[in-house]
Amino acid sequence: MTAFVVPGYDVRRRASTSHRDRRTRPDRLTRMALNTDFAGREYPPAGPFPVSREEIADFAAAVGATAAAHRDPAAAQALGHRDVVAPPTFAVRLAQRCEAQLVQDPEAGIDFTRVVHGEEGFTHHRPIVAGDVLTGVLHVDRMREAGGHGMVSTRVELTDDGGRPVTTVTSTIVVRGES
Amino acid sequence: MSELTTDAAALTRTVPVDRARLLDYAAASGDQNPIHQDTAAARAAGLEDVIAHGMWTMGAALDVVTAYVGGDPGRVLSCSTKFTGMVVVPEDATVEIHVEGAVKRTDEAAGTQTLELTVTSGGRKVLGRCQAVVRA
Repeated sequence: MTAFVVPGYDVRRRASTSHRDRRTRPDRLTRMALNTDFAGREYPPAGPFPVSREEIADFAAAVGATAAAHRDPAAAQALGHRDVVAPPTFAVRLAQRCEAQLVQDPEAGIDFTRVVHGEEGFTHHRPIVAGDVLTGVLHVDRMREAGGHGMVSTRVELTDDGGRPVTTVTSTIVVRGES
Repeated sequence: MSELTTDAAALTRTVPVDRARLLDYAAASGDQNPIHQDTAAARAAGLEDVIAHGMWTMGAALDVVTAYVGGDPGRVLSCSTKFTGMVVVPEDATVEIHVEGAVKRTDEAAGTQTLELTVTSGGRKVLGRCQAVVRA
């Protein structure tokens, strides 16, 4: 199972409140602390993840993506692609499997039930197409406690079977302090 | 490749979401967190009800960008967002997100455009700084 991630809201406002609380009343920090020693860590490659036409079509249908190039190989080839092309956020399916190595590691101190999703970004070095066999290397770019909340920023570098860069996926999750 | 075109009219869209769609997204994305499927699980996590995956909302919003660049997903070079609000999806209800995009910058030397999307549900913003860079 992938990371339990909730779209974040009001995090910054609560963060400032909790920050004061924590300074004056450290006993009120109720959740477990992040293990910030994980910052800077790089994981071994995860995968391989073969990408199929069906996976791309299912993802496109679920997000309501309309382009024929997600479903019809001929339409994709007419645009110069080898096969059907993934929607811009499809790589999250692969990235979250890589991120699970960190998020589900009890040593990291990330409490699923308090996680909200803060930010997500994708940089496509080339489009993901059906037939790709990708691997992902997870980097823990930042991991810190701020104002009673934990902030974890990760980066997954997806590469193809020739080791060439395909997509960089960045994600920031916030582990809420008090509820 | 044929001449590149863009379609500003493609940048506005309303996308419906219901529980069935969230189940489809859970399967397609691999994110099976029960707070996106089950009212009791959502409430146990302190939420009002089931909420859409933030990544569903981002994915649904981004399709206007693909449409803008002539339906060629390969012209979407990058995209990013912050998650600022939740889309609550009660049982037996269909909720809508509204997406409105605008060209924020054109970089003629690089041949790219930066688009900014305003994404709301029930009049409230649900994504923040949602941007995409496309090959113009």
